[in-house]
Amino acid sequence: MAQTSLPLPNAKEPSNLKNWLGVSPFFLFAILFILFPSLYLVEGSFINQEGQFTLQNYADLLRSPAIVNAYKLSIQISAATAIGGGIFGFLLAYSITVGGLPRQLRSALITFSGVASNFAGVPLAFAFIATLGRRGFVTLLLKDNLNIDLYQAGFDLYTFWGLTAIYMFFQFPLMVLVMVPALDGLKREWREAAENLGASYFQYWTRVAMPILLPSILGSMILLFGNAFGAYATAYALTGGRLGIITIQIGAQIRGDVLHNPGLGYAMAMGMVIIMAVSLIGYSWLQKVSERWLR
Amino acid sequence: MASKGLRKVVAMSDTPFDVSAGQGGPGKKRWSLLRIGGRFWSWVWFILGAVYFLVPLFATLRHSLRMERDVIGFKAYERAFEDPSFLETFLLSNALAVATIVCSALLIVPTAYWIRLRLPQARRIAEFITLLPFVIPAIILVFGLIRTYSTHFTIPFTDIELFQPLTTTKFGTYALITAGYMVLAMPYMYRSVDTGMRVVDIRTLTEAAQSLGAGWFTIITQVILPNVRSALLSGALLTFAIVVGEVTLASFLGVDAFGPYLFLIGQHKAYEPAALSFVTFLMTWFAMGMIQFVTGGQGQATGAH
Repeated sequence: MAQTSLPLPNAKEPSNLKNWLGVSPFFLFAILFILFPSLYLVEGSFINQEGQFTLQNYADLLRSPAIVNAYKLSIQISAATAIGGGIFGFLLAYSITVGGLPRQLRSALITFSGVASNFAGVPLAFAFIATLGRRGFVTLLLKDNLNIDLYQAGFDLYTFWGLTAIYMFFQFPLMVLVMVPALDGLKREWREAAENLGASYFQYWTRVAMPILLPSILGSMILLFGNAFGAYATAYALTGGRLGIITIQIGAQIRGDVLHNPGLGYAMAMGMVIIMAVSLIGYSWLQKVSERWLR
Repeated sequence: MASKGLRKVVAMSDTPFDVSAGQGGPGKKRWSLLRIGGRFWSWVWFILGAVYFLVPLFATLRHSLRMERDVIGFKAYERAFEDPSFLETFLLSNALAVATIVCSALLIVPTAYWIRLRLPQARRIAEFITLLPFVIPAIILVFGLIRTYSTHFTIPFTDIELFQPLTTTKFGTYALITAGYMVLAMPYMYRSVDTGMRVVDIRTLTEAAQSLGAGWFTIITQVILPNVRSALLSGALLTFAIVVGEVTLASFLGVDAFGPYLFLIGQHKAYEPAALSFVTFLMTWFAMGMIQFVTGGQGQATGAH
């Protein structure tokens, strides 16, 4: 690159090629490590074991009860933790923004949310085994002091409810992190206007604040859904692959073609990508809607 | 527009002729009472949240300190740190984290800079690319990477061979996993750097540097980099937090990193995993605390799982 007389973008030059060259390493990287791997999965999902084009893999996908159940379980866990974590995270974000708690608690909670939303995988699974496992701290505490036996009551860390409890640990902090800016965006004037016009506090929340916040709340819940849906390591560390969520099924397929049909495995992966893509589209649409009021 | 209109309404209602003045008195009282009630509930939610955060950590710490019968001590930590595999895997994970951060910075800083300065029309597509890792979770990414790079590499849908399988050599595997981590970290890294550049107005900085006769290399290393330092650092710390404990990519690509090691000892030992989990938590906390510190509380702090 010459260092003399560099035209800045305001001077419209017809040939853009040199400018595109400047970002080519980034696009090359994206092509090599995002696009190609994805295309290979797409390609594989349309090929049968004889190497010919087929749609059979997708048909088999919907016909296999094990795979359909894996999707179902994953969707259930993700939805439960997205809604539960979303509501609880919103209440927490509310309490440190407009809820009137001291300022120090706010920054403490935000830092802690940053930690917790990144504290996932193997260590998180171990932490919950030490807490809610059969000999876990809380399990024994309840048993010895209150005579409540969680495991006799039907709770088991290695099932749907256990995994939901664990996922909540990183779900609601994520909700806190994305909702705090939105709640900060509620303008003081809106509340004062409602108050002075004689609205009740309840009316202010249902007629003013909630309609403004709702797209952002729903969008964030979708984000939480995707976050749980793609999680693999936590569940694997917890159950060693026994709880049949979709990421674990895919993991088993990568390790050793348990379906005895590579194409079906790729179709299974594509199904996951499609669900993730749909949620991302929903998220960005809701994000755009919420930006009308909250910037 | 709208808020201006509302402000007008507020100003009007402050006049003595306000029609709603009659209900204003008791209404306001009700609001302040409700807000005190609201504060009570705020405390309830906050304490519940704190309990959910702290109890698992306390339980982990407590478990890790009870390796010896009836004694509280650091035996589990000693044992865990003594294991030579711990140091090996831990160092490897740190090296991979550093490699990921350096390569990401080299790739993303010039790109974000160039797009802001010269190629605004590439903005949308670059943002789209940085969002893709949200659609492709780690398990799918590693599936695709294995299918693509563990055989002779050909362009999809064709038979044109570009290079040899990467996973057959140690260096190739490390390069592949670093690239995978760069993909996982890309959304955070790109956003962080891009926001940093928006704040400091890189165009003016570039014009100033050019008028003083600086070349592109000087501009990027001496002018742009120091100005996006805190944004870059917060992206780097987040990347570090993601990479050091990462399991999915490492275990499927067969890299002996810290995540798979932790998983392995979890299958065989009782107390050491709790000790190392607690150490991991402290490290994550340190990284997040540093982000708050370097960005003055403005940094984003969300990662992937």
